[in-house]
Amino acid sequence: MIDYISSHWVSHYNYWATIVIMMIGLYTIISHTNLIKKIAGLNILQAGVFLMYISMGVVTDGTAPIAAEGFTIYSNPLPQVLMLTAIVVGVATTALAFAFVVRISETYHTVEEDELLFQDKLQSSEETEEW
Amino acid sequence: MVGQHSVILMVVLPLLAAPVTALLPGGRSSWAIVMTVMALCLIMSLGILGDVISGSLIHYELGGWAPPWGIAYEIDGLNALMAVIISIVGTLVAIYAWYSVPADIPENKQPLFYAAYLLCFLGLLGMSMTGDIFNVFVFLEISSLATYALVGMGRNRQALTASFQYLILGTIGATFFLIGIGLAYAATGSLNMADLAIRLSESTHVQTIHTAFGFIFIGMALKAAVFPLHQWLPRAYTYAPITVSAFLAGTSTKVAAYVIARMVFTVFTPEYSRQTLFNELLMVLGAIAVIHGAVRSIGQTSIKPLLAWSSLSQIGYFMIGIGLLSATGLMATMIHIFNHALIKTTLFMAAGILLYQTGSLRIASLSGMGRHMPLTFAAIIIAGLSLIGVPGTVGFISKWYLVLAAVEQQAWWIVAVLVLGSAMAIIYVWKLIETLYFQPTTEPHDTGHIERTPALIIPTWTLAIACIYLGLDTGISVGAAEAAVNSLGLLSRP
Repeated sequence: MIDYISSHWVSHYNYWATIVIMMIGLYTIISHTNLIKKIAGLNILQAGVFLMYISMGVVTDGTAPIAAEGFTIYSNPLPQVLMLTAIVVGVATTALAFAFVVRISETYHTVEEDELLFQDKLQSSEETEEW
Repeated sequence: MVGQHSVILMVVLPLLAAPVTALLPGGRSSWAIVMTVMALCLIMSLGILGDVISGSLIHYELGGWAPPWGIAYEIDGLNALMAVIISIVGTLVAIYAWYSVPADIPENKQPLFYAAYLLCFLGLLGMSMTGDIFNVFVFLEISSLATYALVGMGRNRQALTASFQYLILGTIGATFFLIGIGLAYAATGSLNMADLAIRLSESTHVQTIHTAFGFIFIGMALKAAVFPLHQWLPRAYTYAPITVSAFLAGTSTKVAAYVIARMVFTVFTPEYSRQTLFNELLMVLGAIAVIHGAVRSIGQTSIKPLLAWSSLSQIGYFMIGIGLLSATGLMATMIHIFNHALIKTTLFMAAGILLYQTGSLRIASLSGMGRHMPLTFAAIIIAGLSLIGVPGTVGFISKWYLVLAAVEQQAWWIVAVLVLGSAMAIIYVWKLIETLYFQPTTEPHDTGHIERTPALIIPTWTLAIACIYLGLDTGISVGAAEAAVNSLGLLSRP
């Protein structure tokens, strides 16, 4: 039993940590109505994924994957390279999302989702809607 | 020389052109660049499809790096067909944009609009052509980010919230896809799809592979708007500028559906899906989507959401076709993807002409307009009949093959769903036709000449004629889909 727990649960603690981080992020996106907090949740979710990839590439006793004399065991560099790409994508997404928040706050004067929905509903019931 | 590199040129050309268009001062000059790029891509994609149908699969290694380390583009019939669909829709929508973009987008934003349009186009092309699963993620994000920007340019302020909602859900989807890729990589140590397919079947990490498959499917299902994950789509299509709606309706969800098909058929073999009962899940979700989409579509009071919900119903058909896990089923899905791209783009373009003429898309305020705008109305009728699946139109062929595939496996409830879905399509298409033609004109509109604008009517009618022509000459679409399925080499029936 203890063997089972240690081999399946404890030795994979890195996965548990990343899953917890991802779930915090996902929960933040779902539970908060503030758009900026949603973006923060999105970033936490992505950070969890980055960590999952990087911890996956770790080789026991390995060093950073930089060629140098005296080191023969390296961590797997590929997940790190992939995450560089994913980080760039994440930054672009965040920037775009913030741009939307700025535009939304300019036109609606609020960034709370329930108020936005309320305003949209009000508008569509009052006007003869164009669409 | 070019022949060999046309695979990568189709992606690189729009990528290089996008920043150039963004820097140009005026809308017209950037339009010229977009048009040139689209036309070149269309020619190249037709060339590639021709090569593939004649039997030669294309294998292109980026920068000469051999897979599984380098990124390779593997073109078989499936990708070639997708590339052609995207290029056709992209080119025709670009012609349409000559009129529609100046009407919807302020002059100083037009170059940026065209740049985003090119990025979206190249992202979708890249997703459909690459043979590397991480590359799919990168192109998915390129096209998605461009899509969010495009949707957000709608003239109503709701476009902003619709786009933001799409951004949140789309990013969650893409992140899930990324988690799935990571787990698949952990189990196999490869990112190349062909290599993954071999290693996954040999791998003993069953749980990891199950989890990877789950995440990959949910991520892509969010982008494809498969039934319970479709919330973003109706709003995004409704509030986006009409040019964008027409382009997205013809391409974006279809590419995601293609990726699901690729995952099911190439990467995680059909046997895997059968073992995990995944095909049953797909068919049930597809069936619910067919009915749910049609019911909601009937209830709409405005043309754009009506068409958007009808799109969701069509996505259900794709999923049923994939879920049948047979050569006929996949063929039906590919033909339906092709047909629906033609049909829905025609309908959105025709809706755009109505909008520019009358300034409204509410069905009630358009009553009787069909009599004053015969060209537009005729295009709507042709595409509408095709959407229902009347014999003699393209829509009939794909539904016919779907029914064949279902009968082949004695899945009678699928046949019932297909018939019911088509019957419900009659209701919502008839609703449009009745109001547009049979009801008296209530609101005074200019009964004008906008529908004679060549930039609007030529692409609309090209697609409408294609709906009829390809419905009568079934050789082209069926032949291409057959080549697509054959090149996968999965003709082994269950």
